[in-house]
Amino acid sequence: MESADADAGGDSYLLRLYVAGQTVKSLAATANLKRLCEDHLAGAYAIEVIDLLENPQLAEGDQILAIPTLIRSLPAPLKRVIGDLSNTEKVLVGLDLRRKDESFP
Amino acid sequence: MPFDAVDLAKAPTGVSGFDNVTLGGLPLGRPSLVCGPAGCGKTLFAMTFLVNGATRFGEPGVFMSFEERKADLTANFASLGYDLDGLAAAGKLAIDHVRVERAEILETGDYDLEGLFVRLGYAVDRIGAKRVVLDTIESLFSGFADPSVLRAELRRLFGWIKDRGLTAIITGERGDGQLTRQGLEEYVSDCVIVLDNRVEDQITTRRLRVVKYRGSAHGTNEYPFLIDHQGISVLPVTSSGLQRPVSNEIVPSGIPGLDAMLRTGGFFKGSGILLSGVAGTGKTTIGSHFADAACARGQRCMFFVFEEGADEICRNALSVGLDLRARAESGLLRFEAARPSLYGLEMHLARMHRDLESFRPDVVVIDPVSAFRGPSTEVHATLLRMLDLLKSRGITALFTSLRADDMQIDGTDGLSSLMDVWIKLSDVEANGERNRTLYVIKSRGMGHSNQVREYRITNSGIEMIDAYIGPEGVLTGAARLNQEAREQAAAMRRLQEVERRRREIARRRQALERQIGELRADLDAGEEEERHLLDDDQGHEATLASDRTALAALRGTAE
Repeated sequence: MESADADAGGDSYLLRLYVAGQTVKSLAATANLKRLCEDHLAGAYAIEVIDLLENPQLAEGDQILAIPTLIRSLPAPLKRVIGDLSNTEKVLVGLDLRRKDESFP
Repeated sequence: MPFDAVDLAKAPTGVSGFDNVTLGGLPLGRPSLVCGPAGCGKTLFAMTFLVNGATRFGEPGVFMSFEERKADLTANFASLGYDLDGLAAAGKLAIDHVRVERAEILETGDYDLEGLFVRLGYAVDRIGAKRVVLDTIESLFSGFADPSVLRAELRRLFGWIKDRGLTAIITGERGDGQLTRQGLEEYVSDCVIVLDNRVEDQITTRRLRVVKYRGSAHGTNEYPFLIDHQGISVLPVTSSGLQRPVSNEIVPSGIPGLDAMLRTGGFFKGSGILLSGVAGTGKTTIGSHFADAACARGQRCMFFVFEEGADEICRNALSVGLDLRARAESGLLRFEAARPSLYGLEMHLARMHRDLESFRPDVVVIDPVSAFRGPSTEVHATLLRMLDLLKSRGITALFTSLRADDMQIDGTDGLSSLMDVWIKLSDVEANGERNRTLYVIKSRGMGHSNQVREYRITNSGIEMIDAYIGPEGVLTGAARLNQEAREQAAAMRRLQEVERRRREIARRRQALERQIGELRADLDAGEEEERHLLDDDQGHEATLASDRTALAALRGTAE
């Protein structure tokens, strides 16, 4: 499990990325996520990458089926997106990251 | 189980009947597809497979549910006596609920279902599972937008199951024009089982069919199956030929008078006995006698009742001095009561089959078969199979049947030709009363009385009475008693007459003998007189002779 922390502020985001081994999709998802967070959540996020090949028991708890799956566990409510996160727009919508001024330009 | 070593290895399901139909169970180490419409028992079949594997065959199993939550499954199966929590705690069963929520899944690029593999693999490894159920994996299709990814992943999943050597059941909902909605049969092609739930005349019959079973022979018919508190059981419609072992053993009817009407003193073991009669002729009572007698001999008896409850039968039997309740408590007698309309004919047969398997009775009473209504060909076929079922097990069965007037109830008239013994009960109405009579129409393989016998239902059971048969026909009841009294009086009169004649003869003999005595005395007297006369004559003659000599002498001297 690797984590990349930034300073945890009041509105900090806790994101969990589930992967299974170092596959092309996993690596792409990890890279996409990091880039996206830096762009949109600089300084207010924490990422937890969980490799299910190492910790298969964790799959049941978060109802993981598809790989990769990204879960926004904080702030509530829980949000989930699947895929390699290459479609940034969809990821932002899925994680409710789009600021109001961005959604209505 | 009759299969050769060269045959495909199989994993027994423990579902009674199913393993017979498939000659051993599901293909070992391969996925099988179980499909059917909603509510046909797919989940139950699959869970039974796992629970039996865990408890009876030492094969732990993983249940991956895509629909019902774990708590719901546990609660639902508790009613069948399956302790899923207990099995899970013992490490014999793992249940994983996979929640698929379309609204929660947003696709942002390439993905696969490795998470499913990880979860399944983890559960399998954790308990060392040999069996897996995926119920119903088609739910995935509603959760993911891209069916092509899903199909590729399913293909991979089934391949993975085969590689791991897991015996798996994949369930699927029936779709239009194909066996399952998503065409799962394309992927799972080794063994496909279709469950069905048909309603005819407002009665549901569940049926099971093995559509295909690669590499193995299997029964191809549709087999009725049963779901109740004892789980699922399939009735293999055995093509029971007529090569049955026969027995010369005799099973008494429990009514001595009736046994006496049969030359062998009872029925042959394994025969079918039809007891037909109009209402109120004591069919059930005779059945109760038969059951009670079997228990008294220490045999097991099963009483299928379709019009009364077990308690009613017991109470009613007590009124003729038979304590069936005690027999039931001793464990030798078992009642199975159900309304005929509760299930379809097939289901009744399946239920009966299961009960016979579990209780293994020596004799069976079915009261009454005429309760089965339906198209007459179907009723006939059902009864034929029922009889086959019983005969093939060497069970002596007494069937009662209601007759309306002189007609058998629809569908059961053909029954008489299937039966080995047919006893007809009727009631004779005359002189303001009804009396019950009985006669044996046929009894295969034994001589039997051709007499119509009257019987009475008394406090101490059924009692056979010689019916009066005379110039006035068969007399029963009071008429018989009357006739008997008349005959007794006549006999008395005859006896007195004989006595009188005897006395008369004696008197006449005496008179004649007296006469003879008198005549003899007369004769004696006559003879005496004659002798006297003769003596007189002789004396006279002698005197004459001497006189003549003297005279001659005188004359001679004088001349």
